[in-house]
Amino acid sequence: MAYALQQLINGISLGMIYGLIAVGYTMVYGIIGMINFAHGDVFMVGAFIALITALLLTAGGVLAGPAGILVMLLAAMAVTALYGWTAERVAYRPLRGSFRLAPLITAIGLSIVLQNFVQVSQGARPKPTGTLLPGGWEVMRQDGFVVQFAYTQMLIIGITLAVLAVFTVLVTRTPLGRAMRACEQDRKMAALLGIDTDRTISLTFVIGAALAAVAGTMYLLRYGVIDFYIGFLAGVKAFTAAVLGGIGSLPGAVLGGLLIGLIETFWSAYFSVQYKDVAAFSILVLTLIFLPTGLLGRQEVEKV
Amino acid sequence: MPLQVLLQVQDVTMRFGGLTAVDRVSFAAAQGQITALIGPNGAGKTTLFNCITGFYRPSEGAILLHPPQRGPGAAPVALHRLAGHRIARAGVARTFQNIRLFPGMTALENLLVAQHNALMATTGWGIGAVLGLSRYPAAERAAVEKAKQWLHATQLLERADDPAGALPYGAQRRLEIARAMCTSPDGPALLCLDEPAAGLNPRESEELARLLLAIREAGTSILLIEHDMGVVMRISDRVVVLDHGQRIADAAPAEVRADPKVIAAYLGEEEVA
Amino acid sequence: MSPIRSPEGTPASPGGVNRTGKASPAAAVKDAALAALVAFGLFAMMVGLRTEIGPEGALVLRQRWGDVAILCLLVFLGRLVLSLWLGRRRIAASTAPGRWTARLQQAGRLFAPAMLAVALTLPAITQGDRYLLDLGILVLTYVMLGWGLNIVVGLAGLLDLGYVAFYGIGAYAYALLATEFGFSFWLGLPVAGILAAFWGVLLGFPVLRLRGDYLAIVTLAFGEIIRVVLLNWVSLTGGPDGISGIPRPSFFGLPFTMSGGEGSFAGTFGLEPSPSHRVIFLYYLILGLALLTNWVTIRLRRQPLGRAWEALREDEIACRALGINVTITKLSAFAIGAMFGGFAGAFFATRQAFISPESFTFIESAIILAIVVLGGLGSQVGVAIAALVMIGGFEIFRDLGEYRMLVFGGAMVVIMVLRPRGLVGTRTPSIALGQKRAISGELVGEGHG
Repeated sequence: MAYALQQLINGISLGMIYGLIAVGYTMVYGIIGMINFAHGDVFMVGAFIALITALLLTAGGVLAGPAGILVMLLAAMAVTALYGWTAERVAYRPLRGSFRLAPLITAIGLSIVLQNFVQVSQGARPKPTGTLLPGGWEVMRQDGFVVQFAYTQMLIIGITLAVLAVFTVLVTRTPLGRAMRACEQDRKMAALLGIDTDRTISLTFVIGAALAAVAGTMYLLRYGVIDFYIGFLAGVKAFTAAVLGGIGSLPGAVLGGLLIGLIETFWSAYFSVQYKDVAAFSILVLTLIFLPTGLLGRQEVEKV
Repeated sequence: MPLQVLLQVQDVTMRFGGLTAVDRVSFAAAQGQITALIGPNGAGKTTLFNCITGFYRPSEGAILLHPPQRGPGAAPVALHRLAGHRIARAGVARTFQNIRLFPGMTALENLLVAQHNALMATTGWGIGAVLGLSRYPAAERAAVEKAKQWLHATQLLERADDPAGALPYGAQRRLEIARAMCTSPDGPALLCLDEPAAGLNPRESEELARLLLAIREAGTSILLIEHDMGVVMRISDRVVVLDHGQRIADAAPAEVRADPKVIAAYLGEEEVA
Repeated sequence: MSPIRSPEGTPASPGGVNRTGKASPAAAVKDAALAALVAFGLFAMMVGLRTEIGPEGALVLRQRWGDVAILCLLVFLGRLVLSLWLGRRRIAASTAPGRWTARLQQAGRLFAPAMLAVALTLPAITQGDRYLLDLGILVLTYVMLGWGLNIVVGLAGLLDLGYVAFYGIGAYAYALLATEFGFSFWLGLPVAGILAAFWGVLLGFPVLRLRGDYLAIVTLAFGEIIRVVLLNWVSLTGGPDGISGIPRPSFFGLPFTMSGGEGSFAGTFGLEPSPSHRVIFLYYLILGLALLTNWVTIRLRRQPLGRAWEALREDEIACRALGINVTITKLSAFAIGAMFGGFAGAFFATRQAFISPESFTFIESAIILAIVVLGGLGSQVGVAIAALVMIGGFEIFRDLGEYRMLVFGGAMVVIMVLRPRGLVGTRTPSIALGQKRAISGELVGEGHG
């Protein structure tokens, strides 16, 4: 019981990270219908920026408590957003309205570029930071097993929920959100109605990258070690989450992220750690066989 | 000679969620005739069409095909139970309201793809043909001949090697009909056309009407959705009128034209010519 | 730092040459300054501050502002040069058959046979140069993989991001058959291919209903599942240690031994034993396999099955209305594509004599897919050229060391931006009454999958 509770806490906090990355995938997919394969690597860049900021703060002797973490978050979001913007500008915008596979290949190319850029500029070795935010709240104790709700996990869940709340308001209540939804429905028509679609798409990438940076910062705080390669697996998992939830659907992305996080955690806890990815992917395949457009995705009506 | 029933639509109902697009519609299309299905926009014509051609499975009702070559008294084919790709094999070919050609393939290739099943049978499941050990070359020559014949009939012969997507609109419409006609060795038993005259100019409509009459003479019955009343009234042997998913008339063209219910259904929508 | 071109150096960078058209010098300078500013934002932290593990084991930052300045300067200059020199020409994605493609098309008829002639005589041209032959083998392996995947992606229009799984299945199937059951290469090869095809069908079934990106992620997941299983099923696959001691191929039963005794290749043909015999044999082996793939594809394209694949890519609904069994058609594309992947895998296993899951990662799938798309979907010649450029180019830039992958990824982006429809962006009809005329890529569909 206690063990299961602990897994639940772990699973949810991991799922939140996946969910945050998945939102970026699903937004970009919704608006321009492409898989932004480099998004996982944008997440990795976010984690690195957070790390560098943390080290800067330590060097300045000011890293302490919530203020330090806030600075890390903001710096990571700002710089990573610039990466997202540049990526769209360089690799995707020239291919707008072109063949569907072309941006997929540039995305894969960009993913390779980002990974190797970080490998070259920051080195290939993993960066251990140690625990930046130790401790936690002891939920319960049973037969000597302590269920702990770590502060980092609280932070992850709290910040993710806050960010998602802000984001939901942004998409549903603001002119930008309306423009985004309009572009999603029909980009040509939106442009005819005076919406600056290029700018809207740029902003989508910027927001997606900023959310990935939040996820990266959380990942760094929680796991305390990062390298240039973390983006690939996290990206694939998050993309899986987005598809599982129904690509294009924002609540679906978060739901999918939570599911993937929980499946992975419980599978590792009760079955085998080695096959946790297989479990996550198998659930995805099974879900799609029965619900070909994911859990919350719009059912495509076949127009004849 | 009494008319023989080719297609029998019995109490077909099609619901999408709470919306009933087709409501207990019954009619029959006779062998050797052109049957038109008309009605205002949103009357459920295309939905019924999609049920007949296997793209939707009707919520209720039956659709039966009595292929002439099976002779009278033979058990009909239950189209509503067949898998999508089996419908064509049963002898029902169709075109689409929004033309669905293979735009990157040439006109000739489009007509060869239509003969896929007949050709595939001669290749020994593809393997024989790869090795060059089959009846395939002869079969392909025959298929090309058949394609040429239909390209000629639709005045597309000189454009045989042009990609379908590059043809003018009217030519694309004709090519789609030619493609449907190639699906069965002796032409399909029933050809279903979804608004074949849409977007055609009067001269092209006239040519289309002549083409359809020729197809009927060659032994293929036609089921036609059409808004161009000039075409409908000129070539149809029978007209079925749908409105709000229900059949409101089923008679000869002249009768339908005078039917007050039909006129009422069309008022404000379109004028019955 | 070596002068790597950052992504900003590429033509379509901020400010948009596309929009400005002809740029006045002042505007160009301003534009370039802006680009440099963006570059500063990107590089200041990532390049300027390098995290390193300090003497006490904690992370420390090393400052490298000089590198940042150089990078920003390069971006500034690159941007300036681009907008001043090329600003007049609209740098935009071009899909229409331009001058260059038209020429390539004309040259294509000569080019393909010329390439084939070079391929056939390469061992003579290089006089058995081991390095070049090995490179040739590598390129041909990717040519074969590209042609195999081309059936699935290029012809049938099904986006497969897990093609490497079949390559891996073929390699492991052959390796296990050879090491455990003593299968010879010529017996193991077809079995490996059939096994891969079987898995292709197995994967194909659940994904038949899926479209587009759903199909992409499921195939990707399948590839990862296969890799993770290979990695963890230690009793069968040896886990991360892989399988070693896979028998090297023999010349139809005659081994390539250095002793040159009775019953060996050299002994039987009265040749001086040489290690290059085996390499030359391997080279011709993969050339043969690749040409087999090509031959089968070309033949199938002119037949009902191949036409049905292409029709499926163009319009699946129309296919159904014509009575084509879409399920069987899709599965056959998966199976045949997978089979050639399996053949290539078996060859890889026998050539390397050692395989491990590391050779079958997602990046391999991505590279193979990139070769197919860069070459031009459905174009056999294009795929061969793309494999040569990508894999050969990758080898040539060996001196770049750790920058090599960076350049590789950057090249993928640049080529794709300049030629989104690939090097050969046109389709050749499979049959014609008169002369076959190339069909513009604009008309050719990409499939829903």
